[in-house]
Amino acid sequence: MTDTTQTTPETTVIQRGPLELTMRRFSRDRASVIALIFILALIVIAICAPLIENATGHSPIEQYRTTGLSEMGLPVAPNDEFTLGTDHLGRDVIVRLAYGARVSLLVGVLASLAAAFIGLTIGMIAGYVGGATDMVLSRLMDLVMSVPFLLCALALVSVFGPSLGLSVGVIVFFSWTTMGRVIRAEVNSLRRREFVEASRSLGAGPVSIMLRDILPNLSVPIIVYTTMMIPSAIVFEATLSFLGLGIVPPTPSWGGMLADAATNSIYLVAWWLVVFPGMALLFTTLAFNILGDGLRDALDPKARPVRMSRFLKKAGKAGKP
Amino acid sequence: MIRYLLKRLGFSALILFTLSGFVFFLFFVAPGDPARVIAGEKATEAQLVQIRTNLGLDRPIPEQYFKFISKAVQGDLGFSYRNQQPVTKLIVNRIPATVSLVIGGVIFWLLIGIPIGVMSARHPGGFRDRMGQGFILLGLSFPTFVLGMLSLYVFYFLPKQAGFTLFPAGGYKPFLRDPIIWAWHLFLPWMTLALVTAAVYARLTRGHLLQVMGEDYIRTARSKGLSERTVLFKHGLRSTLTPLVTQLGADIALLLGGAIVIEQIYGLQGVGALAVQAVNNQDRPIIIGVVLLGGLFIVVTNIVVDLLYAVLDPRVRR
Repeated sequence: MTDTTQTTPETTVIQRGPLELTMRRFSRDRASVIALIFILALIVIAICAPLIENATGHSPIEQYRTTGLSEMGLPVAPNDEFTLGTDHLGRDVIVRLAYGARVSLLVGVLASLAAAFIGLTIGMIAGYVGGATDMVLSRLMDLVMSVPFLLCALALVSVFGPSLGLSVGVIVFFSWTTMGRVIRAEVNSLRRREFVEASRSLGAGPVSIMLRDILPNLSVPIIVYTTMMIPSAIVFEATLSFLGLGIVPPTPSWGGMLADAATNSIYLVAWWLVVFPGMALLFTTLAFNILGDGLRDALDPKARPVRMSRFLKKAGKAGKP
Repeated sequence: MIRYLLKRLGFSALILFTLSGFVFFLFFVAPGDPARVIAGEKATEAQLVQIRTNLGLDRPIPEQYFKFISKAVQGDLGFSYRNQQPVTKLIVNRIPATVSLVIGGVIFWLLIGIPIGVMSARHPGGFRDRMGQGFILLGLSFPTFVLGMLSLYVFYFLPKQAGFTLFPAGGYKPFLRDPIIWAWHLFLPWMTLALVTAAVYARLTRGHLLQVMGEDYIRTARSKGLSERTVLFKHGLRSTLTPLVTQLGADIALLLGGAIVIEQIYGLQGVGALAVQAVNNQDRPIIIGVVLLGGLFIVVTNIVVDLLYAVLDPRVRR
């Protein structure tokens, strides 16, 4: 028998790298794949908003008083000219929706990335240095977490006036703490591990250990928690815009569109003004939440029980004197 | 125990100090001129100077801060720029609506959230668990104001169009005048608040229960021959109370400072609606007052939660 050294197709062992395994786990999760497709489609819509503008021939801020408003001055229901109807000023809802996606995605992603970066930096310092630094930074996180954020946002906006930059700033300021806490706990346990000790005994300094040894181990919580932060940032921005404190009109944003619909309760006679932006907002947050769950399960199959026990420890600590 | 409470009190003081500093600082870096807001566009320079002197705005900032704090401690938060009424009175008038909203909301979200969490945890991976998880995901994703507007459309406008009033569009009716009218007006706000918040409690209950039901003491309870129901409610759910109380404290505190979005949608004249009005009017003493009140509620509920730990968790009582 000469074929003993030859591997027959049946016995071939396929080696799969961690990336491929993750991809396989992720693609098996149908809900996550749909969520990802939805998000990608949304990004395409946001980028191609000018194309939609061209296709309909309607500008997002132009008021079409002759065709876009009924004789009584009411919004026009979805029809051939206005696929998703018009708003109280006779503006085309579908074009505004597409441009609004830009605001939501931009604010959501930018604010989440910035908050993740701050949370990561502060969490790593608190977790790695420990001692008094840790205590001060942890108290700071507690403090930010227990402040009534919407009220403070109101106060800030009332003084400085609403703007896109201020919205992002406020969102970042109040959302970095979640990431900070998670990273702090993670680093706190990682820094006692042998590979860190080995690195230190080879003469590595604290910065090098943090960036080259610890940081790569944090990729899973960073990816998962940043994804999970995006929907809350989007809703936060929409809420600010809804209260008239976020994006300045006439720039279209989903929260602003809903605010327009709510003034004088105009949406009661024009359901499309609340259903389309409302559903856009809901499906976007839903998609990001599902994606976050799916990424966590795919990146770290053990994550669920670990996460729970960590939560338990935290609750236990809070209960102890 | 005493030392722990003292530590918590210190942290509470820190919260109030930071918040008061924050609002006061905002007040002074602010570009607008308060005297101009009070006197209106046509006021002369002499009138503006007069108003500044009356309000003490010409004094050094540290002195103003000290005066502001010592008055605030006595419950005097100054006067509204718009109608010259005391801020404390304006806020106190708004508290019943907010408190009514929060009380009903809490009851409904606990009644919805905890049973869903328990149901989900009792059948992990099963159909009921998937339903529960679906509810959690949907509740966490639903923006409050979208749910509020949709429910107004479905439960107020559509019946109205059909010729009858199922629920009113909102507005607050005092409890003491007629509790039934009170509850009827608050039902939609309660349900909106409850549905978006219940998801958090369902997730918390489910996660904690799944963890706890694998513990040794649950096996002991089972092997004693206790019924599954007793094991679940007396042993399993009992230990879930601690994280639930923590979450509840944080949520109640945040909402008492103004359930801004819901009050806005349903036209409830609560603290949050007052804050939004004050922002639109540039009425800064009211904004400062509401933020400080929010801080006060947070501090008070923190202390209540800490005391509740001592009642719930025997390990704390030492």
